[in-house]
Amino acid sequence: MSENGVLSGTFFMNGDIACAEGAISAGCRFFAGYPITPATEVAERMSERLPHVGGVYIQMEDEIGSMNAILGASWAGVKAMTATSGPGFSLMMENLGLGVMLETPCVLVNIQRAGPSTGLPTLPAQGDIMQARWGSHGSYEIIALVPSSPQEIFDYTIDAFNLSEKYRVPVLVMSDEAVGHMSEKVVIPEISPENLVSRRRPEVPPEEYLPYKADGDLVPPMAIAGDGYRFHVTGLTHDERGYPVMTADAQDSLIRRLVDKIRLNRNDIIKYEEVDVEDAEVVVCAYGITSRIARLAVQQARDDGIRAGLLRLITVWPFAEDRIRELAQQVKSFVVPEINYGQIVLEVERCAAGKANTMLLPHMGGSVHSPHTILKAIKESVQ
Amino acid sequence: MTDTPTPVTIGETEIDAFLRLDRMPHIWCAGCGIGTAVGCFIRAVERAGLEPDKLSFISGIGCAGRAAGYVKLDSFHTTHGRALPFATGLALGNPELNIVVFSGDGDLLAIGGNHLIHSARRNIDMTVICINNFNYGMTGGQLGPTTPLGARTTTTPYGNTEYPFNVPCLLAASGATYVARWTVMHPREMERSIAEALVKPGFSFIEVLSPCPVLYGRLNKQSKGLDMMHDYLARSVIRNGADPKDVEMVPNGTIVVGKFIDIERPTLWDCYKQVFDRAKEKKDK
Repeated sequence: MSENGVLSGTFFMNGDIACAEGAISAGCRFFAGYPITPATEVAERMSERLPHVGGVYIQMEDEIGSMNAILGASWAGVKAMTATSGPGFSLMMENLGLGVMLETPCVLVNIQRAGPSTGLPTLPAQGDIMQARWGSHGSYEIIALVPSSPQEIFDYTIDAFNLSEKYRVPVLVMSDEAVGHMSEKVVIPEISPENLVSRRRPEVPPEEYLPYKADGDLVPPMAIAGDGYRFHVTGLTHDERGYPVMTADAQDSLIRRLVDKIRLNRNDIIKYEEVDVEDAEVVVCAYGITSRIARLAVQQARDDGIRAGLLRLITVWPFAEDRIRELAQQVKSFVVPEINYGQIVLEVERCAAGKANTMLLPHMGGSVHSPHTILKAIKESVQ
Repeated sequence: MTDTPTPVTIGETEIDAFLRLDRMPHIWCAGCGIGTAVGCFIRAVERAGLEPDKLSFISGIGCAGRAAGYVKLDSFHTTHGRALPFATGLALGNPELNIVVFSGDGDLLAIGGNHLIHSARRNIDMTVICINNFNYGMTGGQLGPTTPLGARTTTTPYGNTEYPFNVPCLLAASGATYVARWTVMHPREMERSIAEALVKPGFSFIEVLSPCPVLYGRLNKQSKGLDMMHDYLARSVIRNGADPKDVEMVPNGTIVVGKFIDIERPTLWDCYKQVFDRAKEKKDK
């Protein structure tokens, strides 16, 4: 551990711990949480580690409180995070919306377990992917990253903070129990400050500052509490001054900007990895833990002479729709394995728009797909 | 000389520097007491000599929640019931800030009730001003956790069948280190009390009884704000140091006002600061 308390080196650690270390490396100095399986280890690690770097951990009375506390801390100028799972994620939805509306940088980690309700607390699922996109009421856009290993949850937690600070939006890390509780090698590099993004602050004097006046990138500079700007922010529909305005016109210009700041910057945000897609006739579109199994199945299909490829989504939101549209011109079919009864497949199907077949390979949760199942689906899809 | 008070015009008072005058007129009804409480709060900030730039003002949702939009401070109009956990993040994110939560009885005691008792238990350094108008005003006058037994609201058309909270008792039991209650007919006492609370470390809670003639009053034979205020004054008795168990309000009974709790206890930040040294010791071992 370096003098400043931030780790570097090579470690053997589980995904939850790696997530916490990613947050520390990203500059997170506030964590509010509530114990919930299988995300508890993130909170435990943060409670131990934050004091080493001068940060604060608080265990709130529930996940509603946790979500609000990280918003408050962010407005105090601190990079802030919470981590939860299924039921806690549901409780956070209301104030995820407040975070979107106030344009508050923060990171929300969901170590997914099988639901609905209490479901299978100790076993994996990918059932909250649509909830991540649509869980809070109203029209908005969100950013969600999906890691498939402890190394990736470390890396993507840093990315999540950077995106969140850049676009002033809560960013979701949508992991799952399998990754959270899996222990693997994690290489923690020394992160130099230029690799960390901090929100743009206002450069004008307080009397000229308009909290929600955005420039070309649609992201307004953000004052923080105590800086002398004496700003007002509200969850009500508001104008550039931050003042509530109860009209359809104000709603139109605010919501368009909140959505467009993500949509129009999607090429900067969207990340995916491709394996053997150049000549593929079938592409498996997978994410998270499922993509690791899909990778093996694609390799086996190649060994059997099938031109199979893998499109591994790193950001599920915004969705890589341009790439799916392109691939739909080339491939015969998409195979979509996911640990739910069909969520991302709906997006793939929408973007394929009938130009390629789409085959859902669902798993209800509690374990992961077997490579054999995916291989079988690949074979069926090219027949 | 006449003792008729000079009419006060917004834009010409000593508290203007603390108001967003470009947002006037405010939305509060004639006869409402919330504006009086905001005025007392602003005067209390001046009395306490606080640096306004370091003051964060957080509200939830409801009539009282709109106060955040009218004060010229860093002000946060959050979601229903969530002012306290939002304020908790601000307080711990920057312990140099002075934190004030200003919201209503429905917001703080019903939907935000869990956050309220836990914030008091933690003894977070903040001042909470709770406007109690005995009903949900913003939504048109429904039953709240402070509505007196038997009172009519739009959702208790046959009279309220629930007992209300004894608010100061709840806060004292939860661990607040400063608990007071005033009515808007006690502006000087309220101002002094808020000033005291603002400079006192720890969780301070001030309940402010405030008339809602347009909604609550109309359904309970008190449709004039002035009548409600006179009623408060007639029924109030100042009893500083009263046992919070003895300040329960009963319909048409005595309203005990005053400062009930003023004790010393380390704040959450006082306690958390020690964690940094303990963590360092453990790491160095």
